[in-house]
Amino acid sequence: MARDGAIQFAEMTSVEQLSPGLTNEQQPGRYRLRQGDGDRLFDWNHGPQGVKPHCFSPREVLWSEQGEPLRFQPRLPAQAPIALVGVRACDLAALSIQDKHFLHADAPDPHYRQRREQLLLIGVDCAHSAETCFCVSTGDGPALDGGYDIGISELDEGFLLWPGSDKGQTITDRLALQPADDRQLESMLRISTQAAEEQQRSLPQPAELRRLYRRLEHSHWQDVADRCLACGNCTAVCPTCFCYDTGHEMSLDGENAQMVRQWDSCFSAGHSYMAGLLVRANVLQRYRQWLTHKLAGWQEQQGRTGCTGCGRCISWCPVGIDLTQEAAAILREGSVDV
Amino acid sequence: MNRQKPKLAVHKFSSCDGCQLALLNLGEPLLQLPDLVDIVHFAEAGPCESDAEVDISLVEGSISTPEDVRRIRQVRENSRFLVALGVCATYGGLQALANFNDRDAWMSAIYPQPQRIDILPTSKGVSDYVKVDLQLQGCPVNSAQVLNALRDLLSGMKPSVAIQSVCLECKRNGVACVLVSKGEPCMGPVTLAGCGALCPANGRGCYGCYGPSELVNDASLAHRFEALGLDPQAVTRRFRFIANNAAAFKAAGDRLEGDPHER
Repeated sequence: MARDGAIQFAEMTSVEQLSPGLTNEQQPGRYRLRQGDGDRLFDWNHGPQGVKPHCFSPREVLWSEQGEPLRFQPRLPAQAPIALVGVRACDLAALSIQDKHFLHADAPDPHYRQRREQLLLIGVDCAHSAETCFCVSTGDGPALDGGYDIGISELDEGFLLWPGSDKGQTITDRLALQPADDRQLESMLRISTQAAEEQQRSLPQPAELRRLYRRLEHSHWQDVADRCLACGNCTAVCPTCFCYDTGHEMSLDGENAQMVRQWDSCFSAGHSYMAGLLVRANVLQRYRQWLTHKLAGWQEQQGRTGCTGCGRCISWCPVGIDLTQEAAAILREGSVDV
Repeated sequence: MNRQKPKLAVHKFSSCDGCQLALLNLGEPLLQLPDLVDIVHFAEAGPCESDAEVDISLVEGSISTPEDVRRIRQVRENSRFLVALGVCATYGGLQALANFNDRDAWMSAIYPQPQRIDILPTSKGVSDYVKVDLQLQGCPVNSAQVLNALRDLLSGMKPSVAIQSVCLECKRNGVACVLVSKGEPCMGPVTLAGCGALCPANGRGCYGCYGPSELVNDASLAHRFEALGLDPQAVTRRFRFIANNAAAFKAAGDRLEGDPHER
């Protein structure tokens, strides 16, 4: 629903809160909601956050400690079941990357799991692409491709709806649904094909992106550093970024303490501070770390790039830095590999 | 448990008292504080023993008069740890704007007998005069941050202050960027975190009261502000505001003022 000038996941009590006719304009460094006269519910793309904050919490207590001798108490979140309505293909792809990192690693993260298991995901095919979208080039959208419990495609005459999981099936089984006819199925295909054709941006292919590591001395890094604010907005809105920091917080009387984890960013000083040495001390090094890791390093670590083409890092960058353009400029023909 | 409680003093210099008020506004934790420390000097709250030797001194206000200089040296001598509290104590505060102007001319224009006023030619932060052990930023300070720092000091730990931009706090709090979604000229990207992104959470742009974050790309943000419709003077004033005397903001202000078209 719309909140503070952007689409955000928030608790809903009626379908009107889905804001019929609402669309979004997204450009580098600019996001605006527009109220159209139609009554379609999902013509917007997305807001500043995907599913990430609902599984990987921006800030949470991991455990508390007290007493003498010291006792440690795990503090798992008491998460009530929630349904997220209107999740897009790019964000479901991002969620599966986060699942891989937090759940399918050697040490699964119990806090993430607790939240993740309570999610019911209602996915929606994108009917339009924002100017900053490029999920076609990363292979992650705009039509749903798994990872949801129930899928929706919004036609002018109503909704096509189908189960994507056993959990979703138990719900759709209880709904009085009409079977879709061929014409409706064609409309559904046409809508997402049209959304795909609207995309103006694209990311180079993974094999090409791996060459970023051979362009570490390219002069274009400084060109980006001249514009980059090192504020970390790109990492905070990225649906796949998973870096966090932990720290102790003590009660004022000193009797209790808790270990708190919160989102961090590779644009923060603490991220590369080791034993008295700030490894990445300037903006160039931090942007280069982010881009090379996201687009190349992840391929070795996670089996794919860390980008699902949602374009948030472009829209929500205060100065509108565009990773598709920066990556392309650094990889451009004519510049030399080292 | 016969050990004496550590002694705490709260000193005021050239300031509006807002940071002291932030402490007094703490509520319940304020009542807990006397169990942990012996508050020997906090004139605004009652105790008044300004020359006492203490373990921790919290200092509010900038150094703006010869008397301030004498007093801050005395406070330093009397204190084991000296914590500068708020933007006046850390950077000289709003009153440091006078550093960029002709003080004598202003004084003559405002006061009937300016010769009776004894002030320094500049207003500066405490660390320009004495060693400061910890700087807590803000106008006013975030009192929760002050308590955390006190707790760490009492436990013999080095207080940790996150070195990152307001933007990260803002995003952690689930606030949609006001610069991107509303076109507000927000200083968050170049401002140090710690306030909890208070202004953006209320739909306003950050005005930079915590002073510069670690890496300040003022040219790029200034360029963006101009694109949002601010004239060069208004852009300069964003940097030359409450934390105007902080090195990175001062340099930014100088650059912007000097040559508004050279960027």
